[in-house]
Amino acid sequence: MHVETAIEVLIKGLVLILILFGAAAYMTFLERVLMARMQLRYGPNRVGPLGLLQPIADGIKLLCKERFQPVGAAVFTYWLAPGISLFIALFIFVVIPIGGTVEMWGRSVSLSISDVNAGILFFLAISSLAVYGVVLSGWSSNNRYSLLGGLRGTAQMISYEVPMGISLLTVALYAGTLNLQEIVDDQKQYWYVLVNPIGFIIYLITAFAETNRAPFDLPEAEQELTGGYHTEYGGMKFAIFFLAEYVNILAVSALAVTLFLGGWHGPWDIPVVWFLAKVACLVFLFMWVRATMPRFRYDQLMSFGWKVLVPLATLNLIITAYFILV
Amino acid sequence: MKEKLREVGAMFWGLFIVLKHMFRKPVTEKYPEEKRKLPERSRGRHYLTKWNDGLDRCVGCELCSIVCPSQAIYVKPAANDPEDPHSHGERYASDFQINMLRCIFCGYCEEACPTGALILGNEYELSGYNRESLIYTKEMLTEKVPGESGRDPNREI
Repeated sequence: MHVETAIEVLIKGLVLILILFGAAAYMTFLERVLMARMQLRYGPNRVGPLGLLQPIADGIKLLCKERFQPVGAAVFTYWLAPGISLFIALFIFVVIPIGGTVEMWGRSVSLSISDVNAGILFFLAISSLAVYGVVLSGWSSNNRYSLLGGLRGTAQMISYEVPMGISLLTVALYAGTLNLQEIVDDQKQYWYVLVNPIGFIIYLITAFAETNRAPFDLPEAEQELTGGYHTEYGGMKFAIFFLAEYVNILAVSALAVTLFLGGWHGPWDIPVVWFLAKVACLVFLFMWVRATMPRFRYDQLMSFGWKVLVPLATLNLIITAYFILV
Repeated sequence: MKEKLREVGAMFWGLFIVLKHMFRKPVTEKYPEEKRKLPERSRGRHYLTKWNDGLDRCVGCELCSIVCPSQAIYVKPAANDPEDPHSHGERYASDFQINMLRCIFCGYCEEACPTGALILGNEYELSGYNRESLIYTKEMLTEKVPGESGRDPNREI
C-alpha cells in the first residue's frame, strides 16, 4: 500500500515537472510573441511553422554554451543558487490541486501531488525561501551589479511577502481552513474574488513583486544593473534561472486561481481544462502588464509596499474578520 | 487622494491602450519574402546607359571619377575609332570600374555626368561573398539592352 502510494506520487511529480518545463519553455515563446504584437512587431517567426520551434532552438543553444564562472566567485554557492531558484519554484506545485479525484486504472487518483492540510502555510513557507536563490547568486558572483540586484531582490521579496501573507489570511478566514482542496470546494457557489476583490488585487500585485516581474523587476533591471543577480550566469545556469522565473509565474497564477478564482470548478464537468484556462488568463495578464508598465524606482517600490499595501491589506483583513465573526 | 486615484486610472487606461495595439497589423516588413518598392529616385546600384542605337553614352570624360568623394570609380578613356565608334564623342571608356565596397551612394557621379551615362538604379541587395565580386566591371555596369535601367534611351541627358 505504501509502496503504491509512493510510486503514484513519484509518477505524478515526474509528469508535473515535465509539463511545467514544457509550459515554461513555451511561455518564453508566448511572451515574446505577445509583447511583439503589442509593440506592433511579429516576434520570433523563423524557426519552424509560426516560429513554434523557437524554445527548442533556444534550449539547444543554451545547452551547447560554454560553462564559465567569474574569478573570485564562491564556487559552491555560485553553482547551487540556480538550483535553489528552480527547486523552490517547482516545490510550490506540490500542494496545488489541479483537479478533483479521478478514477485511473482502478485507483482513485487525487489530482494534486500532496493534500497538505496547511496548504497556504506551506506555500508561504516555501515561497519565502525563493529569496535565497536571488541573494546567494547575487552574492557569490563576485560582481557589484549582481550584489546590488541580490540585495534589491531580498528587500523587495521580504517586504512584499508581508501584504501577500495578510491577503492570504482573508481567504483562510472565509474558508475556515488552510487546506487548498477544501478552499477550492468551498468556492463552488461563488468565487472569493467576488467577496474579496481587494484581497485579490493585493495578492496579484505582490505576486508580481514575488516573481520579480515588471513593473517590479528591480533585481534584474537591465538598464541599471545589466541583468542584476544573473549577470554572471550564462548557458544552462542562466536557463535554469529563466525557467525558475516562468515556473514561478505559473505557481503564483495557479495559487491565485486556487484561492480566488474558484480553482478547477466551472460550468460543465471539465475540471482540469477550467484550471488551465484560468491560469492561462493570469499568465496573459503577467505579459500584458510587462508590455505596459515602466519599472518602479526603488524608493517608490518600498513606500508602495509598506505605506500602501500593508495598511490596505491589514484594513481588509480587519473588515473581513468583522463580517465573518460578527 | 483624487490625484492618486487619477493616476491609478491612468495605469488601467494604459493597459487598455496596449491591448488595443495587439489587434493592429504589425508595421514590420517581412523582408526576404516581401520586398518594399523603393521610391523611383532612390539610389542603389549603378548603370552605364546606352543610346537607342546601342552606342555607349559614356564619353570617358572622367568627371565622375573626379567628383567621387570616396574614390570608388576608375575610368580608363580611349580614343574612338571613327570606323567603329563606341560612343558619340571623341573618346569612350575602354574600362570602367566601380568599387561597390567604397561607394557611399551619394549620387554625385550621376550629377556630374555630362551625358547622363552613369545613373543609379533602385537595386539595393548588393552583398557578395568576396571582395573581387564587389568590384563592378564595365560589362556588369552596362545595360544589356538600351533602356534596361529604366532611363529613357532617347533622352538627351
